[in-house]
Parts: sequence; C-alpha cells; structure tokens
Amino acid sequence: MEIPEIVGAGLIVIGAGMGIGRIGGSAMEGIARQPEAANKIQTAMIIAAALIEGIGFAALFAV
Amino acid sequence: MMGKKILTLLLMAVLSSPFVTYASEADTSHATSGETSVKEGIKEYISHHLEDSYDFSIWHAMGLEFPLPIILIDEGLHIFSSSNFHHGETVAESNGKFYKIYHNKIYRTDAEGTITIDSETNHPTQVKPWDFSITKNVTSIFLFGLLIFLLFRSVARSYGDTQIPNKIGRFLEPLVIFVRDDIAIPNIGEKHYRKYMGYILTVFFFIWFINLAGLTPLGINVTGNIAVTFALALITFLITQTTAKKDYWMHIFWNPSVPWLMRPPLALIELLGVFIKPFSLMIRLYANMTAGHVVIMSLIGLLYVFNNWFARGAFLGLTLFLSIIELLVAFLQAYIFAMLTALYFGAAVEEHDHH
Repeated sequence: MEIPEIVGAGLIVIGAGMGIGRIGGSAMEGIARQPEAANKIQTAMIIAAALIEGIGFAALFAV
Repeated sequence: MMGKKILTLLLMAVLSSPFVTYASEADTSHATSGETSVKEGIKEYISHHLEDSYDFSIWHAMGLEFPLPIILIDEGLHIFSSSNFHHGETVAESNGKFYKIYHNKIYRTDAEGTITIDSETNHPTQVKPWDFSITKNVTSIFLFGLLIFLLFRSVARSYGDTQIPNKIGRFLEPLVIFVRDDIAIPNIGEKHYRKYMGYILTVFFFIWFINLAGLTPLGINVTGNIAVTFALALITFLITQTTAKKDYWMHIFWNPSVPWLMRPPLALIELLGVFIKPFSLMIRLYANMTAGHVVIMSLIGLLYVFNNWFARGAFLGLTLFLSIIELLVAFLQAYIFAMLTALYFGAAVEEHDHH
C-alpha cells in the first residue's frame, strides 16, 4: 500500500460521498415538491446511489 | 402474545450474537497478554471469520462444532472427515496420500506434512488437489436453501381453496407482493414479468435470509464470499443473455437511434457494459457484506483493546447501533440485487418501436 494509492482511494470515496449526497438531497427536494411521486423517486435514487457505491467499493478494494 | 415473545427473543439473539461469537473465539486465541498481541488476535480473528473453513465451529469453548466432509479429486476420489485435520494442525491420510491445510487451502504433502514455500511466488510448491469439499459456506447454503424451500412450500400449500394467508404466510405474502409490484413489474413490464418472477423471488429471499443468518451466532459469512456472489451474478448474466430479444442485441451492436458513424464505438462500449453489469452486482454485494462484518467485529474488538468502562460502554452502544444498521443493510442489499437483476431482465425483453 503506497501513499498515492491511499490518497487516490480517499479522493474517490470523497467523490462518491458527494455524489450520493447530491442524489439524496435532490430526491428529498423532489419528494417535497411531489409527494405522490415518492415511490418512483425513491427507486431511481436507490439505483443511482448503488451504481456510485460500486465505484467507491472498487476504489477501496484496489488499495 | 406468544409470537411477540418469540420475536423479542429472536431479536435479542440476533443483536447479542456478535458478542457470543467473539467471546467464544477469544477463549481460543493465543494472544492474551500485552496490547499489541490483543490487536494481532483481533486481526487474526476477523480474517478467520471472513474466510471459508473446513469445519463448522459455532462455539468452540462449549464444544459446539461439527466436522464437515472433505471431498478431493486427486488421482481418484478421496472422501474423509475434516476432523482428521484437527483444525489444520495435523496431516490427514487418505488411501495412501497425505494432505495438509496451509492458509485455508488443502495441499498434498508427505507423512510429516512438509510445506515448502517458493521464494518467488510466495506460494507452496506442493500440489493442490481438486477440492469439492462441503465447507462451512456450502453447508450454510444447503441449510438455508432447504429452509427457504420448506418454508415457501408450506406457505403455498396452506392456501388451499382460500385466498387468505395463514401463519407465516401473513408475514411472507406482503413481501412476495412487494417483490412483484415494486421490483418486477415496474422494471420488466406487465407483459413479460411472470417468467422471471421465480428467479427474482428466489434471489431476493436467498440473499436476505443468508444476510440475516450472518448476523446470528452461527457466525457464517456466505454473501461476504466473492465466489458466492460471483455465482449469483453469473446466473443473472446467463438468464439475461439467453432470454434477450432481438431488440436487445440490436441496441448493443447497431444502435438505430444514433448516427451510423457513432455505432461501432458505441457497440464496443455497450459490449463492455454487458460484462460490467454483472461484475458490479458481484462486487456490490460482496463488498457491502464484508465491510459490514469487518466494521461490527472491529468495534467488538475495541471492547477488548480499551481497558476502561466508559469507552467499553460507548463501543457497546455503537456495536448495538451498527448491528441494527446491518439488519437494514441485509434487506437493502437483497432489494438492490433483485431490483438491478429485474432492471437487466427488463432491458433484455424491452421492445422498441422505431420509425
């Protein structure tokens, strides 16, 4: 485990965290505006978050 | 009233399980003195838990452990009990051949159990026979497969002439309806969803039950094993490719909705995507479950590192909190796996109308 690798993995985790945070925040706004669409928004949110999460894990396991 | 009591007991068992399994292993660890040896012991314990093993050890100190059959193909079939290895400490003999466990793999050695390490590759130079052993993970998969089969068969039979579920069916029916109405139909569509329901329901309940079992004192870690998640993702991959309609292949290799100059590079990317999709399914489930187990066990390990009651109380509370989060994650991962599987099936049978 070299220092640049750790830093790279850290950067990717920060990026993934920001990405999932934005997805969650936008979903909240969407649900607040249109509560009747909450189910559809939730599904789309979980799929998008899961895809980003995959990249985060890939970075962690590459270290 | 009775059911509520049983539920409470079950919940308590689940939540207290990491302590029991840890305590049982802590008795056997050689590291007892000094701070660094405690840390080493915790590391060793966690990596031991994450790996598959040749015997099923629930509670070592109480003698609650079972040997499992070892099945090797090495110039003929060798079947013997894993108790012959005495937890990997001794050499097992079968039909004139000698075997020894080294770093959780079986190697063929001589009567003294010599293992020589290749200095370049760091692997033993001994021959590794084909290993079809019924290990701890395989046993767990068989057990829970049987449990799920018996459970759902009894629910299916209990319906009879009525449309009203009874007993455990009252708990399972809403979940089956949830998988159908919130996972299968929105992603696959009314027309084709029926033929995929069997697989989606199976994979959902299998992953969920196995994930929950990982939080009980059984101390198993099946979905945190990459070979298991690889097999699950492979089945999804094969079903997607074999049931795909003409439109699916056309959209991969000659996408009609983009200019023709863009089609060859897009075909390359789409072809890569065909393999990346099941790969990400595999990594996601494996990484989530492994990470969850590591975090909980590290927190329990901290109880042993800190020698003051305030910190211990804090980490006890944190462990309880994370165990509850893990109950949620166990469900969420099953949901996501089933959901993405349904999404890929939906893409395979989707019919486009082009003009």
